[in-house]
Amino acid sequence: MSVKKLGKFAVIGLSAAWLAGCSTTASDSDTSAMGSEGSAAGSTDSTYAAGEDGSLNSVMIDDRTAAQKAADLLAGVATVFYFDFDKSIVRPEAREALAKHAQFLMENPDARIVLEGHADERGTREYNMALGERRAKAIMRYLTIQGVAASQIEAVSFGEEVPVAFGHDDSSWQLNRRVEVRYE
Amino acid sequence: MKKNIVFALFVACLTFALPARAQLVIEITSGADQLLPIAIVPFGYTGSAPLPEDVAGIVEADLQRSGVFEAIPRANMLSLPSSSENVFYRDWRLLKADYVLVGSVANNGNGTYRISYELLNVLTQARVGKREALDVKPSNFRDAAHFISDKIYEQLTGIRGAFSTRILYVTAEGDKRSPTYKLQVADADGYRPQVIVSSKEPILSPSWSSDGRQIAYVMFRNRRPSIFIQELASGKQQQLTQFRGLNGAPAWSPDGKKLALVLSKDNNPEIYTLDIATRRLERMTNHYSIDTEPSWEPDGQGIIFTSDRGGNPQIYRLDVRTKNVERVTFEGELNTRARMTPDGRYLVTVQKNNGNYHVALQDMNTGRVQVLTETYLDESPSIAPNGSMVMYATSNRGKGILSVVSVDGLIKYRLPSAEGDVREPAWSPYFK
Repeated sequence: MSVKKLGKFAVIGLSAAWLAGCSTTASDSDTSAMGSEGSAAGSTDSTYAAGEDGSLNSVMIDDRTAAQKAADLLAGVATVFYFDFDKSIVRPEAREALAKHAQFLMENPDARIVLEGHADERGTREYNMALGERRAKAIMRYLTIQGVAASQIEAVSFGEEVPVAFGHDDSSWQLNRRVEVRYE
Repeated sequence: MKKNIVFALFVACLTFALPARAQLVIEITSGADQLLPIAIVPFGYTGSAPLPEDVAGIVEADLQRSGVFEAIPRANMLSLPSSSENVFYRDWRLLKADYVLVGSVANNGNGTYRISYELLNVLTQARVGKREALDVKPSNFRDAAHFISDKIYEQLTGIRGAFSTRILYVTAEGDKRSPTYKLQVADADGYRPQVIVSSKEPILSPSWSSDGRQIAYVMFRNRRPSIFIQELASGKQQQLTQFRGLNGAPAWSPDGKKLALVLSKDNNPEIYTLDIATRRLERMTNHYSIDTEPSWEPDGQGIIFTSDRGGNPQIYRLDVRTKNVERVTFEGELNTRARMTPDGRYLVTVQKNNGNYHVALQDMNTGRVQVLTETYLDESPSIAPNGSMVMYATSNRGKGILSVVSVDGLIKYRLPSAEGDVREPAWSPYFK
């Protein structure tokens, strides 16, 4: 019990350290990162301490919206996660970034995310709508297992309707089979 | 009298939306071997003002596209009679025509034209049926032509024609990263497209009510999908569902009272029916897998749908009364988005074989399966109300286009669009 708790604190501490580092570098490259617009990267003001006690509550004192805060604190963290053909299994390389999103959501209970699931162009459109949702729900499950409240997450599917790559080949299809994390 | 009512309905349908420039143009890519030779003689006209349309030309295009007829080229015609009295059958025997259509157009002087026509059998040298006349406004010339095509097709094949029907489809135009989606309606030959709804967010799954007066579709708003229904004549639109998660695949019941649809509000995609008048929602499937793409059997007693409950997506049948589910398709790596022919004899699916997606036809009596298409990334098959043809979406040189294949697989033509990607065709029922 106590060991478990300790472990959790350790994770939080790590994340906090990472977040602190991020506010100055903002260049952590994740192979699956599509970039979260990098809007306020590096501009986070120093209202929070990097929480040696594992607490990030001090982050909460500013009056930025949850979405702005997410953009600042999660700059450089992947917001797009990719899937294999006809699969909805969260890939191992997504775990680190998802842990950071989970962290943020748990520390900001007012924050809300929409997980937007997408499919590639192959197969029929409504089946792909279902497949996109299944992918979004797989990410949702991953986050709720980490401790995020389900009420903070909405899964929406766009099926094959909104591709980001427009070729008709494996590399385009791979880029289109994705879930995008959007903070509201 | 009755014909005038029909045309009045068409006029009503045509006034609801903006005109659009982009049109689909028919290209016949292959045809059947045994074609019925018919000469469609340009209709006689003595007036001075130009006519809005070449009626005989439209009839010729309709009949050619049906894959049943072979039109004798106008350039080969030895004479151009406009009524049976002026027909020299010898001229048409020389050209090996089995039938001749002659007709004329006359200005009635009151803003309408009289279009008269006769179908003649070259062998018996007799008229097939009666001499017919239609009084139409200039804007209804195409309707008159399709009406004539329907009559000829039915007289010579015994099958009701579907030339006067229409199609719904969705286009995505402009910048691929931020396209404009348009739900459009056009004649079955692709002419006279009109935009019903235009949006910067995706539109999909258009479907017709059984009387052809209303449509249902899925449209995103604020990045979430909703099901809408819309009356074509008035343009009156209603948002029918806005549940959390999927709101998809609306399909009108044959009696017009219900929509089958897909919701994931209870966690995963399930088939529901929604009574449109009472708004009562009834859950029809209950399975942890994907259940989607419902469509009604012609008698309304069953709903066929796609489910991956067996591991990969296949077609299942749901008994509407008992909610019992049984599997229908077994061939192919997967089968999705099934539609049944109006006689209930055949099931059309999108089937995957060796990584390719094609339109397949399954005989419900024998279980025999035939792959109908050889195009690329085929989807969204929709069957003509006379069961003769299947329109579907496919990809050609990286662009979404509509294609048509006959249920016997022999006749194929495509409708390339001038603008954007075209997808999600829905062939109308007969208008009531």
